[in-house]
Amino acid sequence: MDLKDKLLDSYIAFEEELGPKDSIQQLRTAALKTFEQKGFPSKKEEAWKYTSLNSLILNDYTLFPSSEKAVDLNEIKHVFLYEVDTYKIVFVDGVHSPFLSDTTHDGLDVCLLSAALTKPKYSDLINRYFGAIATKEESMTALNTSYAREGAYIYIPPSIVAEKPIEIIHLATGDQGPVWLQPRNLIVVDTNAQVQIIERHQSLVEHQAVTNSVTEIFAHREALVDYYKIQNDLDTASLIDNTYISQDTNSHVSVHTFSFGGKITRNNLNYFQNGERINSTLKGITLLQEKQHVDHYTLVHHAQPNCESHQDYKGIFSDRSQGVFNGKILVDKIAQKTNAFQQNNNIILDDKAKVNTKPQLEIFADDVRCSHGCTIGQLDEEALFYLRTRGIPKKEAKALMTYAFANNVLESVQISALKKRINKLIAQKLGVNMGFEL
Amino acid sequence: MLTIENLHAEVDDKGILNGIDLDVKAGEVHAIMGPNGSGKSTLSSVIAGNEDYEVTGGNMLFGGEDISEMSPEERAHKGIFLSFQYPVEIPGVSVTNFIKTAINAKRKAAGQDDMPAGEMLKKIREKSSLLGIDSKFLSRSLNQGFSGGEKKRNEIFQMAMMEPKLAILDETDSGLDIDALKIVADGVNALRSKDNATIVITHYQRLLDYIVPDFVHVLYQGKIVKSGTKELAQELEAKGYDWIKQEVAG
Repeated sequence: MDLKDKLLDSYIAFEEELGPKDSIQQLRTAALKTFEQKGFPSKKEEAWKYTSLNSLILNDYTLFPSSEKAVDLNEIKHVFLYEVDTYKIVFVDGVHSPFLSDTTHDGLDVCLLSAALTKPKYSDLINRYFGAIATKEESMTALNTSYAREGAYIYIPPSIVAEKPIEIIHLATGDQGPVWLQPRNLIVVDTNAQVQIIERHQSLVEHQAVTNSVTEIFAHREALVDYYKIQNDLDTASLIDNTYISQDTNSHVSVHTFSFGGKITRNNLNYFQNGERINSTLKGITLLQEKQHVDHYTLVHHAQPNCESHQDYKGIFSDRSQGVFNGKILVDKIAQKTNAFQQNNNIILDDKAKVNTKPQLEIFADDVRCSHGCTIGQLDEEALFYLRTRGIPKKEAKALMTYAFANNVLESVQISALKKRINKLIAQKLGVNMGFEL
Repeated sequence: MLTIENLHAEVDDKGILNGIDLDVKAGEVHAIMGPNGSGKSTLSSVIAGNEDYEVTGGNMLFGGEDISEMSPEERAHKGIFLSFQYPVEIPGVSVTNFIKTAINAKRKAAGQDDMPAGEMLKKIREKSSLLGIDSKFLSRSLNQGFSGGEKKRNEIFQMAMMEPKLAILDETDSGLDIDALKIVADGVNALRSKDNATIVITHYQRLLDYIVPDFVHVLYQGKIVKSGTKELAQELEAKGYDWIKQEVAG
């Protein structure tokens, strides 16, 4: 049986298991229908022209891993930002791990979506937000919606500042054979509230793992959301990340995506601006080796006047790795005085590495500032020579230049322990020890 | 210290250096002058090991050792320093971190441990005060947003920290006003000793009023066509390069 059929056939049993308490049953069945009609995206579709899921969907997967494997905390300590105190929502093979988590209901909700979906006290919230912005027509999102059961649920009440960062960590143990995971996160940041969130997916051993994740983020008026995606998985793990962000007046949402690993990673990052004076920031560093493949597919929809968006993605590609950047900026007729900025710069370190980059601007307003720039180049030989005349060996010199190239994006990381960690990851990926914190 | 014999170099099959002979001894300052496009910067690049240029003939000995096959970093470890006409910007890496990396790379190549932090700090203080560099400057990203003068002063600061045996100053005077020029020249002079040597590459005589050379060479069409003492530089300043070109043609 192919994977699509398996996913469709498994639904009845899944539905029975959920029982009558399921509050989003209608959404699920509609979503399943969409997936049934559309199936997995193929390279024939413009949006998936450069990324094929074929190598993933030919396999068989465990769809509903159930038992939680005990994980030795020491072995996975590095996955957490242990240098600072954080809230933690941790899943092992898709199942919540109370042992590894550190959740709260004290002043804010940092807990499980499964609880929010089943407990009556959350039903108003679920009705209002769940599935409200996740595009219904997109087949991977629809597939996730039909099976959505577990993930992070975060609610920050008005004027509350989450005093520590929240980590959403998905671990895959390889214990249950190849796994197909579909986490679903719902994040609501109410008026004038603030939160920092770090999301990470990590396989603990080399085995086939595919994660098809959907995250909906609602930033109300004046809200501040600072979100970091750390993608440094083993090269047997793939990720399809669908993130949808709705912003109200004066809110500021920033998403940094650090893509350093994995087999195939697709980041669908969508911003919808529904108020004025909104600031949307999308930044990323992609640093790939071997046959890794990362596809950033971004959308910023400017639907109201006087808003800004800033996109800055840097890519560094070695060996046979491949990068894709497709950045769509849509400016509605009403969205005058929009200031939209987009930049995608890439460095290719080897002949066989490849990058496809495409800005896509659709502007219907006449008084806007939209700028975009895409570059694909190599390390500057003259600069390399400069560093080497200072006695810095070629490998370290290349690493320094790569670091300098990506520096803009690192600069804006607000959590200093995380910044240091990413610095270290970069140095590690480049195979150097610079002797100082990069 | 540096002996160059009949050096030929080319880039993209085009000969740029066509038989250079140069002998630089410890304690000496040599000035290399010449019109634009005569090969001055190429010569400095080739001595420092730029792989864009192919050495097609001749010898290059440094301290009696053939360096022509060595990488730029190996030459740096042996004690060759090149001050760039256009230093490169490295965002996110401070002047201090950069110089630490450079010094420790050299020590590592010599089988030594990293320089102890205290010693490094002391040295940085000493050399930066020599060049009138304040501590705020040291924490800025290397060359990023530096003025022309700041870039050149930073080059000389790196030179002071690296303590090379042979320093090559490539057009260090370009883009400097007279005050900046004096500071840079004072720095270079303060670092001169009987054990090290300096090659000053310049288009104009101006810098040589402050860094007084023992020898002046005129480079033209990839060859040293005339050598003399500091008076030659003054003559070039007064008469320009045309008479040299005519001498070569005639």
